[in-house]
Amino acid sequence: MVPEYLIQLKDFISQPWPWYVAGPMIALIMLILLLFGREFGISANFRVMCAADGAGDFADFFKFDWASQGWNLMVALGAMFGGYLAANYFTPIDDQLAHVSQETLESLKALGMEFQDGKVPLVPEFYSWEALFSLRGIMVIVVGGFLVGFGARYAGGCTSGHAISGMSALQLGSLIAVIGFFLGGLTMTYFIFPLIF
Amino acid sequence: MRLSRFILIGILFGITLYKSEAVSWFRIYEMFHFQSFHMYGIIFSAIAIGILMVQWIKRKHIKSFDGHEIVINPKDRSVPRYIIGGFIFGLGWALAGVCPGPMFILMGSGATVLVVFLASAMFGTFVYGLLRKRLPH
Repeated sequence: MVPEYLIQLKDFISQPWPWYVAGPMIALIMLILLLFGREFGISANFRVMCAADGAGDFADFFKFDWASQGWNLMVALGAMFGGYLAANYFTPIDDQLAHVSQETLESLKALGMEFQDGKVPLVPEFYSWEALFSLRGIMVIVVGGFLVGFGARYAGGCTSGHAISGMSALQLGSLIAVIGFFLGGLTMTYFIFPLIF
Repeated sequence: MRLSRFILIGILFGITLYKSEAVSWFRIYEMFHFQSFHMYGIIFSAIAIGILMVQWIKRKHIKSFDGHEIVINPKDRSVPRYIIGGFIFGLGWALAGVCPGPMFILMGSGATVLVVFLASAMFGTFVYGLLRKRLPH
């Protein structure tokens, strides 16, 4: 028999988490990493994975002590496992949703995305293997991935490295990078989305 | 090497971003349309608390668990690399609806097609490595 308090705890965790729980939790994760002598930054893993695959033969950028970055690959591996646990154990099947605002629902509708009973899934239908054979799927998955990988390394970090770590350390470069993230994001949202969706 | 502790940190990270829906394409869409405070609340509260933590570490000269001074490497002094690189990243972030962390998290949750995203992102990183010397930094 599972003790009652564990079931209650599971139910408690299984609710959608508000921003004021998630934000402090992310700060806590950064703090724990700092106390372990590491700097939070997920996109650095792409460089590590390239280097581990032998990219050092093509560019000096990939000639570095990538084996010392194993800890960061472990964070990524843990993140995958966390995603698995959250989806399978801490989210009811009928609540795999993104609880977006009414306004968002309306604007998605205008874009041609309609949802039954106004329930927006957490994961969009175009994150599927079948969708890879459509223009939208190729743009989102393949082109999106390329831009994220190229841009993150060019800028020297992504959301975790610049927006969270860098901004917390009051780094001017990170502030400029985050402004860049938003300029790029808004350009995509307002000028390019109407052409794709 | 005790790498397992980093797996635990990753798990906490994964559950946090999944349960707060920050991994959702729709939440990113909503954020870039300024239609909800949710994502801004997550990012701003993380930064606000992060600033306090970093100041605490710096002022009290807090040591890491293995007894070393905690050093936060200063970012390079540059404008073009951050603004151009950031802009390109932002295009991809809004388009794909995921940044690198959520990509790993969603892959674990069952969106296996994101391995193609990962391969693409690695290819993007590789191309950056090839072109690096010719790009403005």
